Amino acid sequence: MRKVFDFHGGIHPPENKQQSLQTPIVKAGIPPLLVLPLSQHIGAPAVPAVAPGDRVLKGQLIGEARGFVSVPLHAPTSGTIEAVEERQIAHPSGHRAPCIVIRSDGLDEWIECRGIEDYTTLDKSDLLQRIRNAGIAGMGGAGFPSAVKLAVQPEKKISTLIINGTECEPYITADDALMRERAEQIVSGAMILRHLVEPEETLLGVEDNKPEAIATLLTAAQGTGLEVVSFPTKYPSGGEKQLIEILTGKQVPSGGLPADIGVVCQNMGSAAAIHDAVVLGRPLISRITTVTGDAIDQPQNFEVLLGTSMAYLLEKAGYRAERNNRLVMGGPMMGFTVPSPDVPVVKTTNCILAPSERELPTPPPAQACIRCGMCAEVCPASLLPQQMFWFAQGKEFDKLEQHNLFDCIECGACSYACPSNIPLVQYYRASKAEILQLRRDHEKSEHSRLRFEARQERLEREEREKAEKRAARKKAAEAKAKQGTANGEAEEDPIQAAIERAKAKKAAQQSAADAQGGSEGEREKLEKAVVSTRKRLDTAIAKLEQAQAEGSDLVEALQTGVDKTRLKLETAETALAALQNSSDSTTAESTSSTDAAQLAIEKAMAARAAEADLSPAEKARADLEKLEQRLEKSRAKLAQSRDAGDEEKIIEALEATVERLAGKVEQARQQLQQAESA
Amino acid sequence: MALMRVTSPHAHGPMSTQRVMQSVLLATVPGIIVLTHFFGFGTLVNILWGCVVALSCEALALKLRGRPLGFYLKDCSALVTAFLLCIALPPYSPWWLIAVGIASSILLAKHFYGGMGYNPFNPAMVGYVVLLISFPVQMTAWAPPRGVGELPGLMEALQACFVPATFDAVTLATPLDVMRQNSSLLVEDLWSQSPQFGRWAGIGWEWVNIAFLAGGCWLLYQRIFTWHAPVAMLASIALLAAIFNDAGSSASGGSPLFHLLSGATMFGAFFIVTDPVTSAVSLRGRLVYGALIGVLVYVIRVRGNYPDAVAFAVLIMNFAAPFIDHYTQPRTYGHEKSGGGS
Repeated sequence: MRKVFDFHGGIHPPENKQQSLQTPIVKAGIPPLLVLPLSQHIGAPAVPAVAPGDRVLKGQLIGEARGFVSVPLHAPTSGTIEAVEERQIAHPSGHRAPCIVIRSDGLDEWIECRGIEDYTTLDKSDLLQRIRNAGIAGMGGAGFPSAVKLAVQPEKKISTLIINGTECEPYITADDALMRERAEQIVSGAMILRHLVEPEETLLGVEDNKPEAIATLLTAAQGTGLEVVSFPTKYPSGGEKQLIEILTGKQVPSGGLPADIGVVCQNMGSAAAIHDAVVLGRPLISRITTVTGDAIDQPQNFEVLLGTSMAYLLEKAGYRAERNNRLVMGGPMMGFTVPSPDVPVVKTTNCILAPSERELPTPPPAQACIRCGMCAEVCPASLLPQQMFWFAQGKEFDKLEQHNLFDCIECGACSYACPSNIPLVQYYRASKAEILQLRRDHEKSEHSRLRFEARQERLEREEREKAEKRAARKKAAEAKAKQGTANGEAEEDPIQAAIERAKAKKAAQQSAADAQGGSEGEREKLEKAVVSTRKRLDTAIAKLEQAQAEGSDLVEALQTGVDKTRLKLETAETALAALQNSSDSTTAESTSSTDAAQLAIEKAMAARAAEADLSPAEKARADLEKLEQRLEKSRAKLAQSRDAGDEEKIIEALEATVERLAGKVEQARQQLQQAESA
Repeated sequence: MALMRVTSPHAHGPMSTQRVMQSVLLATVPGIIVLTHFFGFGTLVNILWGCVVALSCEALALKLRGRPLGFYLKDCSALVTAFLLCIALPPYSPWWLIAVGIASSILLAKHFYGGMGYNPFNPAMVGYVVLLISFPVQMTAWAPPRGVGELPGLMEALQACFVPATFDAVTLATPLDVMRQNSSLLVEDLWSQSPQFGRWAGIGWEWVNIAFLAGGCWLLYQRIFTWHAPVAMLASIALLAAIFNDAGSSASGGSPLFHLLSGATMFGAFFIVTDPVTSAVSLRGRLVYGALIGVLVYVIRVRGNYPDAVAFAVLIMNFAAPFIDHYTQPRTYGHEKSGGGS
């Protein structure tokens, strides 16, 4: 006998399982209408692959998986697509969701199914794809896509594969019935899973309140190496984390996955469905659902086509609506109430519970918490529910997180045990939702804050750089003026200086060319120049792109900057190329560099001439024109952004720009007037 | 009928606050019987009158606070407070003493703080301490037990309560008093010279304590509370008594058995310390809470100025309960360490 472990807490609610185990599984038959929600699993909903009016065969793909965490959907019987529209579904919120509606033709005509005799010959990724294509999602209640769970990262060595047949919730017997009647199917599915995951051991875990199921599983598993393990009945031992602790003694790290400690869990129903998918080639189109409760005359297990309305099933089992106070999908501990019996059965519908008022009475009003600690005693996650209740009431979210609210599995044991009838789980659910919402809001505001700060910094930097340049220019002009007055010489402007420099350079180059060895140093210099210019060009382009993306009014200036830098790079590159070409003929080299220098001299002289041509008035007019153009553009942009209803911040920034430009225009106008009057 | 929409869980366990309170009331019965046997009808009269005052105070407070009367009265918490305080009071207490005590418990300690579940201090012990400080003479007037003195009858008990001026009370120092005041005699000599002492502790007292122990064990069996706080308290009292027993010399504080079976030890351990509202919440926290109460009880008994110490010890630790909670958070599933203290 294998050693099993215990987990903290847990409760022993009345099991109420015998009622639905009196008869074998019954086929529910083909209802006239099937409503199949596109989302019956955790993850992205399927995308409809059919249109109203299409005839579909049983097992035909009608919804395609979208994304990795998603599963496809198949027609449970042959018929015609009547509609693809929103219908009421079984969901705690009672909302409507997109569904494919099939009018069955009663022929139940299968599409061609191709199973595999020997799946071991199949590539593992193909096998996984088959499971995925069959639309299998965890059938225990959560509905997590099975293939995603099985696609374990290769670096995570799996030591234990667990097939979960615990079914610890009261009333539910779907897995129990399946194990009793279809153990071979489960064992075959488990072996496929074992082949896929390659664990050291494969355990079929069953609570000890199902002796018949354990017996048939033991017989079916004989000689396969699969180990059937039974353990004491206690709710919620079927919770994935709890079952892992029971069977391995290890705890799944908070926020982690079972695979982190080398465990993969699958449900018994999923194992059977995987057998059908791989060996028979049949997709998941039906499941076992328990219909039970005091408002049911013949509680029993049905094999039911997905999409069958609950009302259809309830009627088959003898439903007494007048005795029923609430209709629960799932068990009495974690199930949720559905808005009406007209919602469809989906992949995760393990039970439909129709209790009477006497059986599950209307919850009485909650009394004050006396901190008795019965909730903490039964909590399987070793939380302090009474403290968390306190914090949840006071909306002390920090404290809630510090008390590990997010490790709560919402099993309901605390609420069950609470003598004051406090709906504790409801408080935790609400708090979790609120905290998640706050986190999202915070992330969003943080993002905008960073963006704002970056923009602010950029603007400040630009302003600073401009100011520095302005100061430098002013200083130079002052120095020049001083020199001019002092020496009485002809204006010695920077252009003149550049000419001097270029001339000097030219002379130096010539002498260097004469002295052979100079070419090596020159080349190095040029290479460096090319590299640095290229770098500058890259950053300039990046800046330009950013500016374009942000719609900044600096685009134009940046564009000229980029063009200039590109020109420089080209010049430098040609110079370098010329130098390299003439590595054997020094004359050519010296000419080319002479040319470059000559070019610079000419350019500078031209610039000087152009500037000299312009009178101060003309210069001022040119400036004014440029500024007016910019102002016009900014105004247009502002209007556009107002029309588009952009964020207030953007509009404000644009308004500021327009104002600034208007000021500048005014200044330029004054300057022009001054220049003209002078 | 429209289908009900409620969140899970849909099933609820058999436990209710009312049942918890009723169990506590029931568990005091053995102790009350033994008290009545040894000290007469005084305690019973205390309790009856106390219940009347308690229900009236509770109803008054609920009415003033605009709460539904029936819903809150039927949780029996006011009765529990009345029972606990009246058991702790000396038998044959006058009616006004009981009324002041109960009013302090229900109005001051409970409803001023927000009512059921919101009180930081044990209501019964607040009432007890208010009385002990305000009326020390009445509060230390314990009747002699059966076999040592004459027991008043039922009529006399009623008279003592409602017409206290006409009642001629006979009192005798409790064994704890005698032990505390002793500074010259060996414990053995003290035992033989004082009429109060019985086999292990005071006559009557030892059986009263055993009866409350029995009631407490029944509550444990009923899983009304966990063993942690009471066991920790009894263990720390016993340990300190063993250390300072001094082999029964004149400096002895009394043997462990003497302390366990004297005064309000068992009553306190199982009926006062276990009050969930005012104690620490985690199991580790309750161990610390109980143990520290035990230490305080012993220290106040042997070194303090009061005849018994449970009330003060409990109130002082009520202050400390949130602090203990902060450092004794249990380790959550899937976490490496416990989350306490951060």
